[in-house]
Amino acid sequence: MNDKRKMFIYGGIIGLIGALLLKFGNPGNMGICVACFYRDIAGALGLHRAEIVQYIRPEIIGFILGAFIISIANGDFKSRGGSSPLIRFFLGFFLVIGALVFLGCPLRMILRLANGDLNALIGLLGYLVGIFIGIQFLKRGYTLGRNIEQPKFSGYIMPIVAIVLLIFLIVKPDFIFFSEEGPGSMRAPILLSLILGMIVGGILQKSRICTAGAFRDIMLIKDYHFFWGILGIFVVNLIANLILNFDTFNLGFENQPVAHPVHIWNFMGMVLTGICSVLLGGCPVRQTILASEGDADAGITVLGITIGAAFAHNFGLASSPKGVTNNGKVAVIIGIIVVLVIAYSVVKEANLKNKQKKEGVRNA
Amino acid sequence: MPNVIDARGRSCPEPVIMTKNAMESNPSEPIQVLVDAHVAVENIKRFAKGKGYKVEVEENAGEYTLNIRK
Repeated sequence: MNDKRKMFIYGGIIGLIGALLLKFGNPGNMGICVACFYRDIAGALGLHRAEIVQYIRPEIIGFILGAFIISIANGDFKSRGGSSPLIRFFLGFFLVIGALVFLGCPLRMILRLANGDLNALIGLLGYLVGIFIGIQFLKRGYTLGRNIEQPKFSGYIMPIVAIVLLIFLIVKPDFIFFSEEGPGSMRAPILLSLILGMIVGGILQKSRICTAGAFRDIMLIKDYHFFWGILGIFVVNLIANLILNFDTFNLGFENQPVAHPVHIWNFMGMVLTGICSVLLGGCPVRQTILASEGDADAGITVLGITIGAAFAHNFGLASSPKGVTNNGKVAVIIGIIVVLVIAYSVVKEANLKNKQKKEGVRNA
Repeated sequence: MPNVIDARGRSCPEPVIMTKNAMESNPSEPIQVLVDAHVAVENIKRFAKGKGYKVEVEENAGEYTLNIRK
Protein backbone atom coordinates (compact mmCIF):
# COMPACT_ATOMS: atom_id res chain seq x y z
CA MET A 1 0.00 0.00 0.00
CA ASN A 2 1.02 3.57 -0.67
CA ASP A 3 2.99 4.93 2.27
CA LYS A 4 0.91 8.09 2.67
CA ARG A 5 -2.34 6.16 2.56
CA LYS A 6 -1.04 3.74 5.19
CA MET A 7 -0.15 6.60 7.55
CA PHE A 8 -3.52 8.25 6.91
CA ILE A 9 -5.32 5.02 7.82
CA TYR A 10 -3.22 4.51 10.97
CA GLY A 11 -4.01 8.07 12.02
CA GLY A 12 -7.62 7.59 11.01
CA ILE A 13 -8.06 4.64 13.37
CA ILE A 14 -6.74 6.80 16.21
CA GLY A 15 -9.14 9.58 15.23
CA LEU A 16 -12.03 7.12 15.18
CA ILE A 17 -11.08 5.75 18.60
CA GLY A 18 -10.90 9.33 19.93
CA ALA A 19 -14.49 9.90 18.81
CA LEU A 20 -15.64 6.55 20.24
CA LEU A 21 -14.10 7.23 23.66
CA LEU A 22 -15.82 10.61 23.69
CA LYS A 23 -19.12 8.99 22.72
CA PHE A 24 -18.81 6.38 25.47
CA GLY A 25 -18.18 8.80 28.29
CA ASN A 26 -14.81 10.56 28.30
CA PRO A 27 -14.87 14.33 29.03
CA GLY A 28 -15.70 16.86 26.32
CA ASN A 29 -13.30 16.82 23.36
CA MET A 30 -11.10 14.56 25.46
CA GLY A 31 -11.49 11.18 23.83
CA ILE A 32 -7.72 11.02 24.22
CA CYS A 33 -5.49 13.51 26.03
CA VAL A 34 -2.12 12.29 27.20
CA ALA A 35 -1.36 15.32 29.41
CA CYS A 36 -4.83 15.27 31.00
CA PHE A 37 -4.70 11.53 31.53
CA TYR A 38 -1.33 11.64 33.30
CA ARG A 39 -2.72 14.52 35.36
CA ASP A 40 -5.74 12.37 36.28
CA ILE A 41 -3.46 9.47 37.21
CA ALA A 42 -1.28 11.80 39.34
CA GLY A 43 -4.49 12.86 41.10
CA ALA A 44 -5.71 9.29 41.58
CA LEU A 45 -2.37 8.47 43.24
CA GLY A 46 -2.84 11.45 45.56
CA LEU A 47 0.07 13.42 44.10
CA HIS A 48 -2.32 16.35 43.76
CA ARG A 49 -5.67 16.91 45.45
CA ALA A 50 -7.68 18.63 42.72
CA GLU A 51 -10.78 16.54 43.36
CA ILE A 52 -12.34 16.92 39.91
CA VAL A 53 -9.39 15.45 38.00
CA GLN A 54 -8.51 12.16 39.69
CA TYR A 55 -8.82 8.84 37.87
CA ILE A 56 -6.56 6.04 36.69
CA ARG A 57 -7.17 6.36 32.96
CA PRO A 58 -7.20 2.88 31.41
CA GLU A 59 -6.25 4.41 28.04
CA ILE A 60 -2.73 5.16 29.33
CA ILE A 61 -2.40 1.58 30.61
CA GLY A 62 -3.56 0.44 27.18
CA PHE A 63 -1.07 2.67 25.32
CA ILE A 64 1.79 1.21 27.36
CA LEU A 65 0.74 -2.44 27.10
CA GLY A 66 -0.24 -2.18 23.41
CA ALA A 67 3.06 -0.55 22.45
CA PHE A 68 5.02 -3.00 24.64
CA ILE A 69 3.42 -6.06 23.02
CA ILE A 70 3.85 -4.80 19.45
CA SER A 71 7.45 -3.73 20.10
CA ILE A 72 8.26 -7.20 21.41
CA ALA A 73 6.56 -8.76 18.38
CA ASN A 74 8.36 -6.65 15.78
CA GLY A 75 11.75 -6.60 17.49
CA ASP A 76 11.82 -2.88 18.36
CA PHE A 77 11.90 -3.54 22.10
CA LYS A 78 15.32 -2.70 23.46
CA SER A 79 16.28 -1.68 26.96
CA ARG A 80 18.23 1.56 26.56
CA GLY A 81 18.82 4.82 28.42
CA GLY A 82 21.34 7.23 29.87
CA SER A 83 20.87 10.21 27.56
CA SER A 84 20.63 13.25 29.88
CA PRO A 85 17.87 11.82 32.10
CA LEU A 86 17.52 14.80 34.43
CA ILE A 87 17.27 17.30 31.56
CA ARG A 88 14.59 15.09 30.02
CA PHE A 89 12.71 14.97 33.34
CA PHE A 90 12.50 18.76 33.47
CA LEU A 91 11.65 19.10 29.78
CA GLY A 92 8.74 16.73 30.46
CA PHE A 93 7.87 18.71 33.58
CA PHE A 94 7.62 22.03 31.70
CA LEU A 95 6.05 20.41 28.65
CA VAL A 96 3.02 19.41 30.68
CA ILE A 97 2.75 22.79 32.40
CA GLY A 98 2.46 24.40 28.97
CA ALA A 99 -0.10 21.76 27.98
CA LEU A 100 -2.18 22.27 31.14
CA VAL A 101 -2.23 26.05 30.68
CA PHE A 102 -3.57 25.41 27.17
CA LEU A 103 -5.66 22.48 28.50
CA GLY A 104 -4.55 19.53 26.46
CA CYS A 105 -1.61 17.72 24.93
CA PRO A 106 -0.92 18.21 21.20
CA LEU A 107 -3.04 15.14 20.41
CA ARG A 108 -6.03 16.58 22.26
CA MET A 109 -5.37 19.85 20.47
CA ILE A 110 -6.05 18.05 17.19
CA LEU A 111 -9.15 16.35 18.63
CA ARG A 112 -10.41 19.69 20.00
CA LEU A 113 -9.97 21.23 16.58
CA ALA A 114 -11.85 18.33 15.00
CA ASN A 115 -14.77 19.08 17.31
CA GLY A 116 -14.96 22.71 16.27
CA ASP A 117 -12.95 24.27 19.14
CA LEU A 118 -11.12 27.10 17.39
CA ASN A 119 -9.07 27.87 20.52
CA ALA A 120 -7.11 24.79 19.47
CA LEU A 121 -6.18 26.62 16.27
CA ILE A 122 -4.49 29.29 18.39
CA GLY A 123 -2.82 26.46 20.34
CA LEU A 124 -1.67 24.89 17.07
CA LEU A 125 -0.09 28.18 15.98
CA GLY A 126 1.77 28.30 19.29
CA TYR A 127 2.83 24.66 18.91
CA LEU A 128 4.21 25.37 15.42
CA VAL A 129 6.13 28.38 16.70
CA GLY A 130 7.51 26.25 19.56
CA ILE A 131 8.57 23.54 17.12
CA PHE A 132 10.22 26.14 14.89
CA ILE A 133 12.18 27.49 17.88
CA GLY A 134 13.22 23.95 18.88
CA ILE A 135 14.42 23.22 15.34
CA GLN A 136 16.80 26.22 15.45
CA PHE A 137 18.63 24.43 18.26
CA LEU A 138 18.61 21.09 16.40
CA LYS A 139 20.16 22.77 13.37
CA ARG A 140 22.91 24.20 15.55
CA GLY A 141 23.92 20.83 16.96
CA TYR A 142 21.56 20.30 19.92
CA THR A 143 21.90 16.78 21.32
CA LEU A 144 21.12 15.12 24.62
CA GLY A 145 23.85 12.57 23.95
CA ARG A 146 23.85 8.89 23.16
CA ASN A 147 21.80 6.32 24.99
CA ILE A 148 23.38 3.00 25.85
CA GLU A 149 22.07 -0.46 26.53
CA GLN A 150 20.55 -0.91 30.00
CA PRO A 151 19.79 -4.05 32.02
CA LYS A 152 16.82 -5.80 30.44
CA PHE A 153 14.71 -5.32 33.56
CA SER A 154 14.83 -1.54 33.08
CA GLY A 155 12.76 -1.98 29.93
CA TYR A 156 10.10 -3.98 31.77
CA ILE A 157 9.48 -1.31 34.40
CA MET A 158 6.92 0.71 32.40
CA PRO A 159 4.75 -2.32 31.53
CA ILE A 160 4.95 -3.43 35.17
CA VAL A 161 3.87 0.05 36.31
CA ALA A 162 0.96 -0.23 33.85
CA ILE A 163 -0.09 -3.56 35.37
CA VAL A 164 0.13 -2.13 38.90
CA LEU A 165 -2.03 0.82 37.82
CA LEU A 166 -4.51 -1.63 36.31
CA ILE A 167 -4.69 -3.49 39.62
CA PHE A 168 -5.26 -0.19 41.49
CA LEU A 169 -7.97 0.68 38.98
CA ILE A 170 -9.82 -2.58 39.47
CA VAL A 171 -9.28 -3.09 43.21
CA LYS A 172 -9.44 0.62 44.08
CA PRO A 173 -7.62 0.52 47.43
CA ASP A 174 -8.40 3.28 50.01
CA PHE A 175 -5.35 5.33 49.07
CA ILE A 176 -6.52 5.77 45.47
CA PHE A 177 -8.76 8.77 44.65
CA PHE A 178 -11.43 8.78 41.95
CA SER A 179 -13.35 11.97 41.12
CA GLU A 180 -17.06 11.99 41.84
CA GLU A 181 -17.71 15.07 39.74
CA GLY A 182 -15.98 17.04 37.00
CA PRO A 183 -13.85 15.73 34.13
CA GLY A 184 -12.29 12.99 36.31
CA SER A 185 -15.72 11.46 36.81
CA MET A 186 -16.44 11.28 33.09
CA ARG A 187 -15.16 7.95 31.85
CA ALA A 188 -15.74 5.49 29.07
CA PRO A 189 -16.16 1.92 30.43
CA ILE A 190 -12.90 0.47 31.75
CA LEU A 191 -12.66 -2.52 29.42
CA LEU A 192 -13.50 -0.45 26.34
CA SER A 193 -10.95 2.23 27.28
CA LEU A 194 -8.32 -0.41 27.94
CA ILE A 195 -8.83 -2.29 24.68
CA LEU A 196 -9.09 0.85 22.53
CA GLY A 197 -6.05 2.24 24.35
CA MET A 198 -4.10 -0.93 23.49
CA ILE A 199 -5.05 -0.59 19.83
CA VAL A 200 -3.91 3.05 19.84
CA GLY A 201 -0.66 2.08 21.59
CA GLY A 202 0.00 -0.68 19.06
CA ILE A 203 -0.71 1.56 16.08
CA LEU A 204 1.42 4.39 17.44
CA GLN A 205 4.29 1.98 18.06
CA LYS A 206 4.09 0.53 14.57
CA SER A 207 3.52 3.80 12.71
CA ARG A 208 5.77 5.94 14.97
CA ILE A 209 3.28 8.79 14.61
CA CYS A 210 4.30 11.84 16.61
CA THR A 211 2.58 15.21 16.53
CA ALA A 212 5.85 17.09 17.01
CA GLY A 213 7.76 14.89 14.57
CA ALA A 214 5.12 15.49 11.88
CA PHE A 215 5.49 19.28 11.87
CA ARG A 216 9.22 19.18 12.65
CA ASP A 217 9.98 16.99 9.64
CA ILE A 218 8.01 19.29 7.34
CA MET A 219 10.00 22.31 8.52
CA LEU A 220 13.36 20.57 8.83
CA ILE A 221 13.53 18.13 5.91
CA LYS A 222 10.30 18.82 3.96
CA ASP A 223 9.06 15.30 4.70
CA TYR A 224 5.27 14.90 4.97
CA HIS A 225 5.30 11.20 6.00
CA PHE A 226 4.09 11.65 9.59
CA PHE A 227 1.87 14.59 8.70
CA TRP A 228 -0.35 12.16 6.78
CA GLY A 229 -0.93 10.36 10.07
CA ILE A 230 -1.89 13.61 11.81
CA LEU A 231 -4.19 14.48 8.91
CA GLY A 232 -5.79 11.04 9.29
CA ILE A 233 -6.43 11.67 13.00
CA PHE A 234 -8.01 15.06 12.25
CA VAL A 235 -10.14 14.14 9.24
CA VAL A 236 -11.53 10.86 10.58
CA ASN A 237 -12.11 12.34 14.05
CA LEU A 238 -14.00 15.25 12.45
CA ILE A 239 -16.21 12.93 10.38
CA ALA A 240 -16.76 10.51 13.28
CA ASN A 241 -17.67 13.39 15.61
CA LEU A 242 -20.23 14.69 13.13
CA ILE A 243 -21.81 11.22 13.06
CA LEU A 244 -21.35 10.02 16.66
CA ASN A 245 -21.09 13.24 18.68
CA PHE A 246 -23.12 15.69 16.63
CA ASP A 247 -24.77 17.26 19.69
CA THR A 248 -21.44 18.29 21.18
CA PHE A 249 -19.93 19.57 17.92
CA ASN A 250 -19.59 23.33 18.37
CA LEU A 251 -17.70 25.55 15.95
CA GLY A 252 -16.29 28.63 17.64
CA PHE A 253 -14.20 29.97 20.53
CA GLU A 254 -16.75 30.25 23.34
CA ASN A 255 -18.31 27.58 25.57
CA GLN A 256 -15.93 24.82 24.56
CA PRO A 257 -15.64 21.88 26.97
CA VAL A 258 -12.57 21.79 29.25
CA ALA A 259 -11.08 24.79 27.43
CA HIS A 260 -10.76 28.57 27.79
CA PRO A 261 -10.74 31.31 25.16
CA VAL A 262 -7.72 33.28 26.42
CA HIS A 263 -5.82 33.39 23.14
CA ILE A 264 -2.43 34.65 24.28
CA TRP A 265 -2.07 31.89 26.90
CA ASN A 266 -3.42 29.17 24.63
CA PHE A 267 -0.67 30.29 22.29
CA MET A 268 2.12 30.66 24.86
CA GLY A 269 1.30 27.39 26.61
CA MET A 270 1.69 25.49 23.38
CA VAL A 271 4.86 27.38 22.45
CA LEU A 272 6.37 25.91 25.61
CA THR A 273 4.99 22.44 24.82
CA GLY A 274 6.30 22.68 21.23
CA ILE A 275 9.83 23.64 22.25
CA CYS A 276 9.96 20.85 24.85
CA SER A 277 8.59 18.26 22.41
CA VAL A 278 11.29 19.00 19.83
CA LEU A 279 14.06 19.10 22.45
CA LEU A 280 12.84 15.72 23.75
CA GLY A 281 12.58 14.21 20.25
CA GLY A 282 8.83 13.61 20.50
CA CYS A 283 5.47 14.74 21.84
CA PRO A 284 3.92 13.28 25.05
CA VAL A 285 2.19 10.40 23.31
CA ARG A 286 5.39 9.46 21.45
CA GLN A 287 7.31 9.60 24.74
CA THR A 288 4.76 7.19 26.22
CA ILE A 289 5.23 4.76 23.33
CA LEU A 290 9.05 4.96 23.47
CA ALA A 291 8.95 4.41 27.23
CA SER A 292 6.91 1.25 26.60
CA GLU A 293 9.44 -0.20 24.17
CA GLY A 294 12.35 -0.06 26.61
CA ASP A 295 13.52 3.57 26.34
CA ALA A 296 14.32 4.58 29.92
CA ASP A 297 14.95 8.20 28.87
CA ALA A 298 11.38 8.42 27.61
CA GLY A 299 10.34 6.71 30.86
CA ILE A 300 11.98 9.50 32.86
CA THR A 301 10.22 12.01 30.61
CA VAL A 302 6.87 10.37 31.40
CA LEU A 303 7.68 10.67 35.11
CA GLY A 304 8.53 14.34 34.55
CA ILE A 305 5.18 14.79 32.81
CA THR A 306 3.31 13.09 35.67
CA ILE A 307 5.09 15.05 38.41
CA GLY A 308 4.77 18.28 36.40
CA ALA A 309 1.03 17.64 36.10
CA ALA A 310 0.80 17.18 39.87
CA PHE A 311 2.68 20.45 40.47
CA ALA A 312 0.46 22.18 37.91
CA HIS A 313 -2.48 21.57 40.24
CA ASN A 314 -0.68 21.87 43.58
CA PHE A 315 0.71 25.28 42.61
CA GLY A 316 -2.44 26.47 40.85
CA LEU A 317 -0.78 26.63 37.41
CA ALA A 318 -3.33 24.65 35.39
CA SER A 319 -6.05 26.56 33.60
CA SER A 320 -9.75 25.79 33.85
CA PRO A 321 -12.79 26.77 31.77
CA LYS A 322 -12.85 29.93 33.95
CA GLY A 323 -9.54 30.96 32.44
CA VAL A 324 -5.82 31.13 33.09
CA THR A 325 -4.31 31.69 36.54
CA ASN A 326 -1.62 34.26 37.26
CA ASN A 327 0.59 31.47 38.59
CA GLY A 328 0.08 29.63 35.30
CA LYS A 329 1.19 32.66 33.27
CA VAL A 330 4.33 33.06 35.40
CA ALA A 331 5.07 29.33 35.13
CA VAL A 332 4.84 29.38 31.32
CA ILE A 333 7.24 32.34 31.11
CA ILE A 334 9.65 30.69 33.56
CA GLY A 335 9.28 27.41 31.65
CA ILE A 336 10.14 29.00 28.31
CA ILE A 337 13.20 30.72 29.82
CA VAL A 338 14.39 27.52 31.53
CA VAL A 339 14.07 25.31 28.45
CA LEU A 340 15.75 27.93 26.24
CA VAL A 341 18.64 28.16 28.70
CA ILE A 342 18.93 24.35 28.70
CA ALA A 343 18.89 24.20 24.89
CA TYR A 344 21.36 27.08 24.53
CA SER A 345 23.86 25.62 26.97
CA VAL A 346 23.59 22.16 25.36
CA VAL A 347 24.23 23.62 21.90
CA LYS A 348 27.13 25.73 23.14
CA GLU A 349 28.80 22.74 24.75
CA ALA A 350 28.22 20.49 21.72
CA ASN A 351 29.79 23.07 19.40
CA LEU A 352 32.75 23.55 21.70
CA LYS A 353 33.37 19.78 21.72
CA ASN A 354 33.10 19.64 17.92
CA LYS A 355 35.60 22.46 17.58
CA GLN A 356 38.04 20.77 19.94
CA LYS A 357 37.64 17.52 18.02
CA LYS A 358 38.39 19.22 14.70
CA GLU A 359 41.41 21.00 16.14
CA GLY A 360 42.58 17.71 17.63
CA VAL A 361 42.42 16.11 14.18
CA ARG A 362 44.31 19.02 12.66
CA ASN A 363 47.05 18.90 15.27
CA ALA A 364 47.44 15.13 15.09
CA MET B 1 36.52 5.82 1.48
CA PRO B 2 32.97 6.67 2.54
CA ASN B 3 32.28 9.32 5.14
CA VAL B 4 31.38 7.28 8.26
CA ILE B 5 28.79 8.71 10.62
CA ASP B 6 28.23 7.04 13.96
CA ALA B 7 24.65 7.83 14.98
CA ARG B 8 24.28 4.89 17.37
CA GLY B 9 22.31 5.73 20.49
CA ARG B 10 21.18 9.09 19.11
CA SER B 11 17.53 9.90 19.60
CA CYS B 12 15.22 10.99 16.83
CA PRO B 13 15.78 13.08 14.65
CA GLU B 14 19.53 13.40 15.23
CA PRO B 15 20.57 10.51 12.92
CA VAL B 16 18.67 12.14 10.04
CA ILE B 17 20.21 15.55 10.74
CA MET B 18 23.71 14.04 10.88
CA THR B 19 23.07 12.34 7.53
CA LYS B 20 21.67 15.56 6.08
CA ASN B 21 24.72 17.55 7.21
CA ALA B 22 27.04 14.99 5.63
CA MET B 23 25.13 15.14 2.34
CA GLU B 24 25.22 18.92 2.31
CA SER B 25 28.94 19.13 3.03
CA ASN B 26 29.76 16.80 0.13
CA PRO B 27 26.77 15.69 -1.99
CA SER B 28 28.61 13.15 -4.17
CA GLU B 29 30.64 11.40 -1.47
CA PRO B 30 29.29 7.99 -0.35
CA ILE B 31 28.10 8.00 3.26
CA GLN B 32 28.06 5.15 5.73
CA VAL B 33 25.71 5.66 8.71
CA LEU B 34 25.78 3.41 11.78
CA VAL B 35 22.58 3.24 13.84
CA ASP B 36 21.12 0.85 16.40
CA ALA B 37 17.39 1.40 16.14
CA HIS B 38 15.06 0.30 13.40
CA VAL B 39 13.17 3.59 13.50
CA ALA B 40 16.40 5.42 12.62
CA VAL B 41 16.92 3.08 9.64
CA GLU B 42 13.41 3.85 8.36
CA ASN B 43 13.80 7.60 8.82
CA ILE B 44 17.22 7.82 7.16
CA LYS B 45 16.14 5.55 4.30
CA ARG B 46 13.06 7.65 3.61
CA PHE B 47 15.07 10.87 3.80
CA ALA B 48 17.94 9.67 1.59
CA LYS B 49 15.65 8.14 -1.06
CA GLY B 50 13.68 11.40 -1.12
CA LYS B 51 16.95 13.17 -1.93
CA GLY B 52 17.65 10.77 -4.80
CA TYR B 53 20.25 8.60 -3.05
CA LYS B 54 20.45 4.80 -3.14
CA VAL B 55 20.43 3.09 0.24
CA GLU B 56 21.63 -0.40 1.20
CA VAL B 57 21.13 -1.68 4.74
CA GLU B 58 23.21 -4.34 6.48
CA GLU B 59 22.13 -5.70 9.85
CA ASN B 60 24.48 -7.17 12.39
CA ALA B 61 23.32 -8.10 15.90
CA GLY B 62 20.85 -5.25 16.34
CA GLU B 63 23.11 -2.68 14.70
CA TYR B 64 22.63 -1.39 11.20
CA THR B 65 24.98 0.00 8.60
CA LEU B 66 23.40 2.14 5.91
CA ASN B 67 25.44 2.60 2.74
CA ILE B 68 24.20 5.72 1.00
CA ARG B 69 25.37 6.84 -2.44
CA LYS B 70 24.11 8.85 -5.38
